[in-house]
Amino acid sequence: MENLVQIAMQNVNFDAILPSLVLCSFGMVLLLMNAFMPRGKSTPAAWFSLVAIVVTGFVSLAAWNKPEFGFAGGVALDNYATFFNIIFLVAAGLTILMSDDYLKREGYPVGEFYTLILFATAGSMWMASGTNLMMIFLGLEVLSVALYVLAGFFRGQTKSNEAGLKYFLLGCFSTGFLLYGIALLYGVTGTIDLARMGEFISANPGAITNPMAVAGLMLLSTGFLFKIAAAPFHMWTPDTYQGAPTPITAFMSAGPKAAAFAGFIRILILGLGGMKAEWTSLLWIIAVLTMVVGNVIAIYQTDIKRTLAYSSIAHAGYALVGIVAANEIGVSGILFYMLAYTFMNLGAFAVLVLVGKKGEENLTLDGFAGFGYKRPWLAIAMVIFLFSLMGIPPTAGFAGKFYIFAGAVKAGYIWLAVIGVLNSAVSLYYYLRIMVAMYFKAPTEEFEWIKMSAPVVASIVIAVVGVLYMGILPGGVIAMAKNALF
Amino acid sequence: MISVNYFLVLSAILFSIGVFGVLTRKNAIVVFMCVELMLNAVNLTFIALSRHLGNMDGQIFVFFVMAVAAAEAAVGLALMITFFRNRETLDIDDANTLKW
Repeated sequence: MENLVQIAMQNVNFDAILPSLVLCSFGMVLLLMNAFMPRGKSTPAAWFSLVAIVVTGFVSLAAWNKPEFGFAGGVALDNYATFFNIIFLVAAGLTILMSDDYLKREGYPVGEFYTLILFATAGSMWMASGTNLMMIFLGLEVLSVALYVLAGFFRGQTKSNEAGLKYFLLGCFSTGFLLYGIALLYGVTGTIDLARMGEFISANPGAITNPMAVAGLMLLSTGFLFKIAAAPFHMWTPDTYQGAPTPITAFMSAGPKAAAFAGFIRILILGLGGMKAEWTSLLWIIAVLTMVVGNVIAIYQTDIKRTLAYSSIAHAGYALVGIVAANEIGVSGILFYMLAYTFMNLGAFAVLVLVGKKGEENLTLDGFAGFGYKRPWLAIAMVIFLFSLMGIPPTAGFAGKFYIFAGAVKAGYIWLAVIGVLNSAVSLYYYLRIMVAMYFKAPTEEFEWIKMSAPVVASIVIAVVGVLYMGILPGGVIAMAKNALF
Repeated sequence: MISVNYFLVLSAILFSIGVFGVLTRKNAIVVFMCVELMLNAVNLTFIALSRHLGNMDGQIFVFFVMAVAAAEAAVGLALMITFFRNRETLDIDDANTLKW
């Protein structure tokens, strides 16, 4: 018996999952705290979860350049995982900062909200550090189950119910495809470990012509493309993003999307590198479709949350261009872009949190009319985020797009880069429309209901600093991103 | 001994029935049952392949899939209850507040 325990413990290396372990411990303590807290008090939970994020941030950063491996090759806390962990923590931290006042305004000051954010972040971390399909699948599910609840968190609002239900049904459906893909790839290669899968494919090149392998790749890609909201698997995105609580929309568009990219890139390059010809031709089409669908439909939206939902689809398309390029600059460009997108999108949503009223009736273009004069500082912050989303220098969005498209050109996908740039030009229309409303339209109502609270302002300031720092001095972060490739 | 191909064909058929059900049924609970059918078809694939390959990974995977399916069911049924409380229906065609 003792021998068995020793064998089982040999491969366990808790250092390899330390960041998520810390986060989960905080999450469980918070869950207990909530049980003993008086109802209707969520502020202590918010501060506690913020502490959890900061502590986990330090633990994660300590692992930089000190890779740890464990669980029989199932988990690798390398620089790649650490870089993504930082993205998830930034996303979660900014979300928590903007949530507290929002929850009070909407009448749901419930501490479990923050617990779920912590668990979702821990799930994201497993996706980034998993080097085995089971680990990545588990991370994906921990993340998704927490998000289903968060999307439908406002029990009394029909919009939130509907967002949660749609996300749940379509999310489960895509999980089925993902799992079937994993099962078929397991059948072809005889392993669920990504490194061994890669070795098997390079040792048996004939395996990639096996229809089971091709079908497995397609089904697995369907599952991941659903999570990153790529067309034609994007149908859930606008509905869920519009109906979910605004901070959760912000969180979903940044953290979980980065997590899905982290897992997808690791699987494609490490496990299925031998099938590169197949997946590049598949993702080429998906990337173009995603960019076009996201940008064109966004033009017709009047609701700002929905516009940003379609814009997040388009941004997933830009990031997919980096996967198609699949070279050093393209993939490190994705890492850079995901961090940049986290700052700019969460910043824009933080402004929406301040502008929205109870029930969020006024998140339309008219709601922003005259905003630039009534709240000049907030409007300037919004302009910075919108410029960054457009990809105009000197903001982080420009630098990120530049690296991704440079990677595509270098890999010989010049047309893909051209289509990407043209799509960026189309996106100017709907982002500029928000600015036009802010500065050139007469206000339709008073802005007195805007309550500037310190945490939300802090999240906006952090986001502005992040966007400008990564835009003006991208060198440091891109060097880190290059260092983070596995 | 029965060849592994029969199991794979059976699970592919079950999976297709599940997909067809998700796409055509209107009641959210029936849709969710079809999703469960898909997951169980995958489980059957995993076990058949695991036996065929003489490798335990697939069987272990099945336990995780079952645990995850249980967690999803708990969350999903709770979401359906809240939806029903507000709308008095579980027809997914009535989930039409949000559309473009």
